[in-house]
Amino acid sequence: MLFFKKKNKESGIESAPETISAERDKNSETDLSALEKENSSRDPRVPLLVADHLVYEYSRGTNQLVRALDDVSFTIRKGEFIGLIGHTGSGKSTLVQHLNALLSPVSGTVYFNGEDVFEKGYDRKKLRSKVGLVFQYPEHQLFEETVFADVCFGPKNIGMSRKQAELTAYETIKKVGLPDECFYQSPFDLSGGQKRRVAIAGVLAMKPELLVLDEPTAGLDPKGREEILTMIDSLRSDGDMAIVLVSHSMEDVAQYADRIMVIEKGKKLFDGTPHEVFSHIKELDEIGLAAPEMSYVMRDLKKAGIDVNTNILTVSEARDEILRALG
Amino acid sequence: MGIVDINKVTFEYIRRDEEGNVEGITTAVDGVSLSVKPGEFIAILGHNGSGKSTLAKQINAMLFPTEGTVVVDGLDTNNEDNLLQIRQTAGMVFQNPDNQIIGQIVDEEVGFGPENLGVPTEEILQRVEESLKVLGMYEYRHKSPNRLSGGQKQRVSIASVIAMHPKCIVFDEPTAMLDPKGRFEVIQAARALNDVEKITIILITHYMEEVVDADRVFVMDKGKIAMSGTPREIFSRVSELKDLRLTVPQVTELAWELKKSGIPIRDGILTREELTEELKKYISLRKKERP
Repeated sequence: MLFFKKKNKESGIESAPETISAERDKNSETDLSALEKENSSRDPRVPLLVADHLVYEYSRGTNQLVRALDDVSFTIRKGEFIGLIGHTGSGKSTLVQHLNALLSPVSGTVYFNGEDVFEKGYDRKKLRSKVGLVFQYPEHQLFEETVFADVCFGPKNIGMSRKQAELTAYETIKKVGLPDECFYQSPFDLSGGQKRRVAIAGVLAMKPELLVLDEPTAGLDPKGREEILTMIDSLRSDGDMAIVLVSHSMEDVAQYADRIMVIEKGKKLFDGTPHEVFSHIKELDEIGLAAPEMSYVMRDLKKAGIDVNTNILTVSEARDEILRALG
Repeated sequence: MGIVDINKVTFEYIRRDEEGNVEGITTAVDGVSLSVKPGEFIAILGHNGSGKSTLAKQINAMLFPTEGTVVVDGLDTNNEDNLLQIRQTAGMVFQNPDNQIIGQIVDEEVGFGPENLGVPTEEILQRVEESLKVLGMYEYRHKSPNRLSGGQKQRVSIASVIAMHPKCIVFDEPTAMLDPKGRFEVIQAARALNDVEKITIILITHYMEEVVDADRVFVMDKGKIAMSGTPREIFSRVSELKDLRLTVPQVTELAWELKKSGIPIRDGILTREELTEELKKYISLRKKERP
């Protein structure tokens, strides 16, 4: 919220773009429009999912009550790539499980394409194909005899015809960059990075509008990390699927996400572009996170009297800035 | 003689299809020789499937060489009578703290190892206290492990290993699942055990930043040791590492990029301090040339 307000003030853009007002009219029976006004960052992209004042508590009714989510609100727009960061136990995973209604909030709600997903009669099974969740170590969930069968399972399960499911599976396996000879191999014979691609393909084959990935690169070698992230990034190019990437690597979210949300003690602490969020280096250090390594390098150089901009996140940005400063 | 002597070790496993017919043989470790001196801190890098974990599991006798020998503190792992003692000498810490913690309470967890070894009760209590203090987890001794953060859980796992008084600890990607603070805690703990307690450390990781302080680094590829040397020597070979699906610490990469752009910086920069010094040197040199 902090950033939205700041951004509005700075940009000074007055009127909301056409698309948003159209979306608002359509949903006028909910209080979405008021919410949207509050949340709006004047972004022309159509809102896809709105989290509205989510509160979640574990161990209710005992003396061990934990408030895992505390009044969290945000809007995810079509085509966005959001990095979600926070230390272990900050509430990230709890939040993610609200996005496809695996957990129901104590208060507040989630709107998906303008509809309240916790309302009675809402088709939550369908929602789970529209909001695809890729859990940590998703390759542990592979079970079919061949890669192709494994990827077909999801689309068949949500009611696609066999032919349709196979066609979708074929396209998806291609899209995640697996070679043709993998199709009829057992997924268990593949390498770690390839297994993970199969698992991601299984979720993608259900054609989600929002893809949520919980640490998709954990345990992979540097090249494997880069390959998976580049693949995920490329998924946006042919459609307007939005992506939420949960990660412990500040360098990765800085490089790939166009917006970052920081969760701390169940609250949304920061929400903005990578450069905005990582300018709060001190606060991030205090809560056990960090800024990308390059931010620290630039801060050191500035302290040593080299006149550089310290709001730098990636190696190539750092190189360009140092070359500029050295003239 | 080293604390760990790996001598021409090859490890093969047989792939079978569903009916149990042999499909082929995979050589995970291929003729590796490596000797670790007592008190050393060594790191093993390598891409997924390069054989580094398979090699590590030979060190505390979870796997046995198909060919060659592994000798831990004078004990050959091929001799079954040595197993118990080898596993006390060489402890192991794995990737996922949740898979290796079994106790209901922290001190119970840490006491499990020595209890199993038949250590007298008085001494168990003493060892638990001392191990938890070394890892800075003493104040959590009465907590349930599932209430701890990832870094704290991993430190409890390390304390459980320490309580068995090992001479050597093998860390197999101990930070892969942790947030930045957790990663820092675990690596700092490993360094402290090496510096203060003189325990030999063998660290396997995918995070290049974690190995810059190691005494020696080995890079594995296709079951063989492809590169070995000090961190500075290894990280000077940027393009070779990239060919092996690895990378270098970001600071090293930045220095390398700047050098490619024509700024004279020496190879193998490992820390922010070194980079700052190099750039300061360059600027003052340039001032002298062009006052």
